Amino acid sequence: MIATTVSETALDSGAAARRSFLLVFWCTVIGALAQILVKQGTSQMGEHHLHLTLGQVARNPELFVQFSLGMMTNVKLFIGYCLYGVNTFLMALALKGRELSRLYPIIALTYVWVTILSLFVLPDEHLNFFRTAGIVFIVGGVSILGLKK
Amino acid sequence: MKTPISSIVLVLFGSFIGSFGAVFLKLGAEHMQGSLKRILNNYWLAVGVILYLLSSVFYMMGVAQGQLTVLYPMVSIGYIWAIVWARLFFKEPFTRAKMGGLLAIIVGVALINLGNA
Repeated sequence: MIATTVSETALDSGAAARRSFLLVFWCTVIGALAQILVKQGTSQMGEHHLHLTLGQVARNPELFVQFSLGMMTNVKLFIGYCLYGVNTFLMALALKGRELSRLYPIIALTYVWVTILSLFVLPDEHLNFFRTAGIVFIVGGVSILGLKK
Repeated sequence: MKTPISSIVLVLFGSFIGSFGAVFLKLGAEHMQGSLKRILNNYWLAVGVILYLLSSVFYMMGVAQGQLTVLYPMVSIGYIWAIVWARLFFKEPFTRAKMGGLLAIIVGVALINLGNA
């Protein structure tokens, strides 16, 4: 399936453009799931990891390594980052033969999914004027990038 | 709660590095062919992934302090860099549709984060 996607890219630019757009679209859905997992994982990592500052790293560079290792050994962070890996691969597939400048900003759709998913996952989340307006603007911008020649 | 300059610098630097990650991903994509072995041997993709990882570490260090309403929208400045690099390295023209779409997206990201305040 993926192999045909790549080989047909050069043949039919209209269909290929749609396919790339859809691939990036799915990237944003997976990216939102990854982001929520990473957020939950980060809050499990504890205070000393969360409040690492540049000053601390300058005084003790080892903290930077600990910070990176801590990110890799947490299960939710691990799955989250694996999803980011899948995402990166899908993004590369989408980018082959297509414009980076048109596809890359579409990733902002992730913000929309995170906002909507949070309504269901987190107890006290609700839509307000700014969030709704933000969703409208992002969807509008992505539509322009995806649809306009 | 004030947002320290160091956080702003970290987040901006993270998004700057991330935009180069996108450039290398694109380079990798153009060199990408079928088999898994060749994908694993694709150094462009590897550099892209490493840049993404690096940018996420800077980014996480950045958002640990300061206001997310200020810091999150700065991540979308990476999209502006990406459009500039795409023109420089891949000869992708600036078009009105790209500018308009990007502007709407950046405004939207800022609005969502105002709503999160």
